[in-house]
Amino acid sequence: MIIDFEHRQSAHCETGVISNLMRHHGLDISEPLALGIGSGLFFAHMPFIKVNGLPVTTYRIMPGDIFKKFSKRTGVEMKREKFSSPEKAMDALDACLEQGLPVGMLTSVFYLPYLPRAFRFHFNAHNIVVYGKEGNDYLVSDPILEKTEVIDRRMLIRARFAKGMPNTNGRMYYPTHVPQDVDINAAIIKGLKYTAKDMGTIPIPIFGGKAIGFLASRVGKYETKYGKEEAKKYLGNIVRMQEEIGTGGAGFRFMFGAFLQEASARLGNPILHKKSLEITKIGDLWRNFAYDCGRMVKGRADGMTYQDLADQLSDIGKKEILFFQSIHKMKF
Amino acid sequence: MKKEDVPQDDENLFEGKFKVVKYAVDEDGKYGTVGSSGWEPENAVLNQAWEEINKKVAETKKKIEAGELSPLAYHMEKNIMDVGMLSQYMEIGKRNVSKHLEPSGFNSLDEKTLKRYADVFDITVEELKKIE
Repeated sequence: MIIDFEHRQSAHCETGVISNLMRHHGLDISEPLALGIGSGLFFAHMPFIKVNGLPVTTYRIMPGDIFKKFSKRTGVEMKREKFSSPEKAMDALDACLEQGLPVGMLTSVFYLPYLPRAFRFHFNAHNIVVYGKEGNDYLVSDPILEKTEVIDRRMLIRARFAKGMPNTNGRMYYPTHVPQDVDINAAIIKGLKYTAKDMGTIPIPIFGGKAIGFLASRVGKYETKYGKEEAKKYLGNIVRMQEEIGTGGAGFRFMFGAFLQEASARLGNPILHKKSLEITKIGDLWRNFAYDCGRMVKGRADGMTYQDLADQLSDIGKKEILFFQSIHKMKF
Repeated sequence: MKKEDVPQDDENLFEGKFKVVKYAVDEDGKYGTVGSSGWEPENAVLNQAWEEINKKVAETKKKIEAGELSPLAYHMEKNIMDVGMLSQYMEIGKRNVSKHLEPSGFNSLDEKTLKRYADVFDITVEELKKIE
C-alpha cells in the first residue's frame, strides 16, 4: 500500500507537514505561508521552566499550535487522535493508509533511526507523514530530509509512544475536509495580525518582543551568576533553539521574511515587501548574536563579554518590538 | 542572510545524509531556499550538548566501578534519560527507579523487571548488567 505522495523538503517539521499534506489535498500552500497563516513566529523566555536543567527559550509558538491556527483560519477540518495502546494506534494508521490517506503524526526524534545520531535527543514533538506500508516497513516523509525514508513497525511504535515532554501517546492527524475555495488572503491577514499583536504588544515580560530584552538582562548576568562553565551551557542552549532545530535560520525570522514577500505579492501590498527586508536585517542581527555566542562557547571570545552579548540582544529586542508594532498598526 | 552567505561548515554532523533548508535572499532581495551542510556556531553548541552528555556518562561509569551506583545508571545516562523520564517509561514510581540505581536495589531485581528495563533501552538483560 503506497499512496502517491509528493515529498518536499522544508526547514521545519510542523510547517513542512502542513505544506505537504495540504498540497496532497489540492491546496497549494508553501512552507512560509503555513508559518505565517499559522502565526508560528514568536519569542518567549521562561527561566522558571527548565529542560535538562536549562531555562526554556523559544522562537515559536507551542508545538501543534501552528497547525491548529492554520486549520482554523483556512477552514481545513482535521481529525486528531491519540491512543491508549500501540496496537490501536497502528491499526488506525493502517486503516487510513488503506483508504489512501497520508497521516501526520507526532514522534520522538530519539527513536527515528534514519536521523543522524547527533540530532537524536528526546525531542517529542517531531512531525512526520506516513504515506505507505510495505510488509513490516512504513514509508515516511520527514519534512526536514531531502528524501523519503523507511522505518520498521517496531521503531515507529517506539517513536509514537515516547514518554517525557510531552508523552506522544500515538498522536496522529489527517485532514477530513480541505476546502478548495479558501480565502488565502484573509487567512494571511489574520495570521499576520495575530503575530504582530503578540510580538509587539504583550505587556508580560516573558512573552513576545519584550522577552528578548528580558533575556538580554539575564544573559548579562550569566557569568557572574552561574560561573564560566555553566554560563556557556545557558548560552549554548539559546543558540540551539535559535538555529539548530529546523528554523530555516535566525529562529524563523528568515522564513517569516519569505512569508511577508509572498503575502506582499498576493495582497498587492508593497509595504509588506519592505517589511520583509526589515525582518531580514533583524534576522542577520540574530545570526551575528549566534555567531558571537559560538565564539564564547568555544572559548574564543577575545575580550568579548556577556554584557556585549546582552547589548546585542537588547538592540534586537527593541527593533523587533518596533517592527511588529508597525505591522500591528497597518490597515488591510 | 544572502544566498551566498548560507554556511556550508560541514563537520559531518549530518553524516553526509542530507542538507538542511535555510531561507535566504538573492541579489534582488527575493527569498528562496538553499541547502546548508551546517554552520560553525550551530555545530559548536550541538557538540557542546554532546560533550555534556558524554561527561555525565563517563562520571557515572566511574561511580559504578567504585560501587556507588548500579549499571542501570549507566544505561539511563547513555540514553539521555533522568529518573523522571525512566520512571515514566517503566510506569513505576521515581523512588523505585532511584532505589534500582543503587547496587543493592539493582541486584535484588527480579527477571521480569530487569527485562522491562532492558526493553526500555532496547538491549538484552545481559547487556543491561554490563557497562559497555
